Amino acid sequence: MRRFYAILVAAGLVYMLFMFLGTIVPYGKADVADRVSAHFLAKDVNSISPTKWVEGDKQVPHSERVYGRKGFEDGSANVVTSIVVNYRSFDTLGEVTVLFASAVGVGLILGGTRRMKYGRKPNFILRVSTGILLPLIILFGIYIFVHGHLTPGGGFPGGTIIAAAVLLLYLSNEEFSLNMIVSKSLEGSMGSLYVIFGLIGLAAGGAFLFNFLPNGVVGSLFSAGVVPLVYMTIGLKVGSELSGVVAEIHEEREG
Amino acid sequence: MVYIISIILVGIGVYGLMTQKNLFKHLISLSIIDTAVNIFIVATGYVNGGKAPIYTKNFPSFAIGRFVDPLPQALVLTAIVIGVGTLAVGASLLVRVKEKHSSIDVENMKGVGE
Repeated sequence: MRRFYAILVAAGLVYMLFMFLGTIVPYGKADVADRVSAHFLAKDVNSISPTKWVEGDKQVPHSERVYGRKGFEDGSANVVTSIVVNYRSFDTLGEVTVLFASAVGVGLILGGTRRMKYGRKPNFILRVSTGILLPLIILFGIYIFVHGHLTPGGGFPGGTIIAAAVLLLYLSNEEFSLNMIVSKSLEGSMGSLYVIFGLIGLAAGGAFLFNFLPNGVVGSLFSAGVVPLVYMTIGLKVGSELSGVVAEIHEEREG
Repeated sequence: MVYIISIILVGIGVYGLMTQKNLFKHLISLSIIDTAVNIFIVATGYVNGGKAPIYTKNFPSFAIGRFVDPLPQALVLTAIVIGVGTLAVGASLLVRVKEKHSSIDVENMKGVGE
């Protein structure tokens, strides 16, 4: 009987949401020219005139070659990265803070003093392949967050891949336990480094998290100013944070 | 089509929240709704035939209709990270509930007041 009511309520909700679908832009027909995203893509947000937009005129930036040129507002080839770490960087600082709060919460709830033992020997294949795979996984994670402004990826996925390497170590070795002092101090120092980058931007450019380094040529590794540096700090911070969460899951309290 | 998939996933999540008695399944249901909303937000920015918003040698210049909208993707990046955080805190709370009440099934919990 309860399942029947549940199906009824869920179907009602789905029906209501289907009715709502008629009022939004159909799938695949999104008009980027109607949104600020066109200016994010063309990298000239500062040229928007607010009065013209209010009156209802679209302000479409003129198309010009971006890849391989220099002198744009933001020099990263990946536009999502330029929004996350440059245009909306303060939002990302809040996001990192939320992740820090959740890592602290997991530590407070689960924090133990000694490594949990499962009492079984890990598989031979797992033990041997860990030695081969571990450097590759860590290298791949570092590649992902160093190239965050050129390819898909960035600090958050790269940090998660590094945490996956730590999880592999925990699964393959009963004796291994992460050095919490190293991981916590890395996490704290990288979080403060992000704020310090913001304060340097405030001193140099007059705005918190201002991009104070030269932008360089779009598409080269040393470009986009402060973006790769910020993504490296985010990558190391998220990696050490999620490694700490993985370590706390494998701990237990005495007695 | 992607809109329909995300709405059906919301329905599955709500159904799971109402029928399941295992608290971990509640957490997974909330996570499914979270994923559905993320899919929906990314889908609102899709342009037919649009490429991923990354400038490369083959797509060196900006033109309307060439790239999909990057702003929903940037917002969903934030939402995914926060979803991971809430899932981690919820799962660790369930570990403590299991230790104290010997079960995470709402009907088999010991020491819970009626």
